[in-house]
Amino acid sequence: MAYIPLLAMIRKDLQLFFADRRSVIVSFVVPIAIASFFGSIFGGPSQNSEPARIAVAVIDQDGSAISKGIVVGMLGDKNFKVTSPAEAEARDAVRKGSIAAAVVIPKGFGEAAGSAFFGNGERPLLNVLFDPSRATEMAMVRGIMTQHVMEAVSKEMFGGEQGRAMVDRTLPQIQGSTIPGDQKRALMQMLSAIQSFYNQQTPAGAGGGGNGAIGITMPYTVHEEPMTAGSNIAYNGYAHSFGGMAIQFLLFAMANLGIEMLVERERGLWSRLRSAPVSKLTLIAGKMASGTIISLTILLVSFAFAIIVFGVRIQGSAIGFLGIALACSLMASAFGVLVAALGNTPATARGVTTLAVLMMVMLGGAWVPSFIFPAWLQQFTMIIPVRWAVDGLDAMSWRGIGLSGAVLPVLVLLGFAALFAAITAACFRWEEG
Amino acid sequence: MLEIAHLRKSFGPLVAVDDVSFALERGKLIGLLGPNGAGKTTTVSMIAGLMKPERGDVLIGGERLMGDTDSKKRQVGLVPQDLALYDELSAHANLRFFGALYGLTGKRIEKAIDEAAELVGLADRLKDRVRTYSGGMKRRLNLAAGLLHDPDILLLDEPTVGVDPQSRNAIFENLEVLKGRGKALLYTTHYMEEVERLADRIVVMDHGKVIANDTLEGLQSTFATAGDGKATLETVFLTLTGRSLRD
Repeated sequence: MAYIPLLAMIRKDLQLFFADRRSVIVSFVVPIAIASFFGSIFGGPSQNSEPARIAVAVIDQDGSAISKGIVVGMLGDKNFKVTSPAEAEARDAVRKGSIAAAVVIPKGFGEAAGSAFFGNGERPLLNVLFDPSRATEMAMVRGIMTQHVMEAVSKEMFGGEQGRAMVDRTLPQIQGSTIPGDQKRALMQMLSAIQSFYNQQTPAGAGGGGNGAIGITMPYTVHEEPMTAGSNIAYNGYAHSFGGMAIQFLLFAMANLGIEMLVERERGLWSRLRSAPVSKLTLIAGKMASGTIISLTILLVSFAFAIIVFGVRIQGSAIGFLGIALACSLMASAFGVLVAALGNTPATARGVTTLAVLMMVMLGGAWVPSFIFPAWLQQFTMIIPVRWAVDGLDAMSWRGIGLSGAVLPVLVLLGFAALFAAITAACFRWEEG
Repeated sequence: MLEIAHLRKSFGPLVAVDDVSFALERGKLIGLLGPNGAGKTTTVSMIAGLMKPERGDVLIGGERLMGDTDSKKRQVGLVPQDLALYDELSAHANLRFFGALYGLTGKRIEKAIDEAAELVGLADRLKDRVRTYSGGMKRRLNLAAGLLHDPDILLLDEPTVGVDPQSRNAIFENLEVLKGRGKALLYTTHYMEEVERLADRIVVMDHGKVIANDTLEGLQSTFATAGDGKATLETVFLTLTGRSLRD
């Protein structure tokens, strides 16, 4: 007969949950809205979108062949979205945050850079104005600019008019210099060889970094292969964001379930339940069962939305996915009854559990993937159950790992559920007074 | 029907109930009186199985009440002092849930709901959410929830707090009907006139102990005043428990 009270408790909790319109909206609509937003900014379905370009401005005050070459290189770079405003406008745009950086090529840059290329003269300044809040983009700009400047300078120096003139001018200077004999000989030989090389070039191919000119180029091409479920399957940022947000909000829902148990105690309902011939185990199991059903529903509805609207797919094991979802739901409902066991009043429990849930989801990688954490934090967060749930759902969705990849997350999540339930059994205040 | 023998319960250094004994017969109502902190609710809680006594026994039909799942708990119905109801559910859903805790399902629970709702005058409002009920209606529903499983013993802990005279009168009439059906009622209250009207016997507690256990007439004759000779129950109560404030 114990199943009748158990089923009644589950049914009652589900009725109460779905009767509270605010709870339903917070548990179902809000995570979908937030996950949609996070998913879109963390990549979305990558097969359909290009990476976001960095907005930069370039101001060419030099007008030399080299500076023009740099501008051409920047314009052709897929990482940049380049504009060419006046310097004052560019400064204003960086200050307002509408562009990440502005590159100012000062007058005389090409001439000085050409000389400095062979170690003969001071290196000129390339001014970069940047938004200090966008340090990551600045690092990318620095690296990409190095490539374009080197390409433009070397191209001009090995095939352009400026290079010829500089070699013609430098040879007599070296001849008359006080450089030690061996070094002088070697430098003369190198520049003479370059002069011979220039003389073999056709006029059409020379000058201004023309089509025939060559320079230093990147000596390799990167082949990027995303390691997902398969070679034809792209990463979908929505898979992670929907998993993370669903876990966050099901934890909030379960914390609320625990707080409702404290409210029930305050309102005398718990006394009425305990006056019935029902075991403590049935009372706790009823709460955990209803909590598990609610949590599982939140998780599955969120993923169903992601599948239908954003093309998220369970690329790994569907059984593994369901196993992790169920174990995660059980863990969350055990967390809910733990809140009831450790909380004194609904008000105090609400504050503490909100903080606890936010810490768990933040450290568990529900907001941003845990791989961006420092190494020590990645290790530390292995003690957070959310980390196992998020990693497990990632493994079963976009990573496309099979059933074996679900075993450990499921076992760990069930372990956390058992731990929370054991603490609840030990600490729950069954008697009033 | 119900026998309480030498019950004791303490919370740390505070002895809430100390050697409390009394008996309740079928078809009778005992009024359990006492100032705040006298130990009335703790006594009721032990009878209902919410608390385990340190010493003493609760005997139901001559058998000792043992543990959470003891089937003898089916013979006891609790009407707690608080309105132990789910406001967001309908009255019907509330009653169905509380009935299911006693194993009632299907036609049995529907019949029990109809009878209990009929008794307390809420049959036509069963589908409404409890939050739409007045205070008096909630009190009557609170009573109905304790009656669903047709208990032989009904424990009523201040069941008329905050209700209007009409609802209060309705509850009294319900209780008289239940007495007539042979139910044993233990009624805890601070209202003397309720006990004067309903009780067959009065138990007065103070500082965790039973300090009087008699009929109304017996108490009145024991504490007869010098003037017209007949003391009111309030006079008896104040004589027994003193006039100092209890918080």
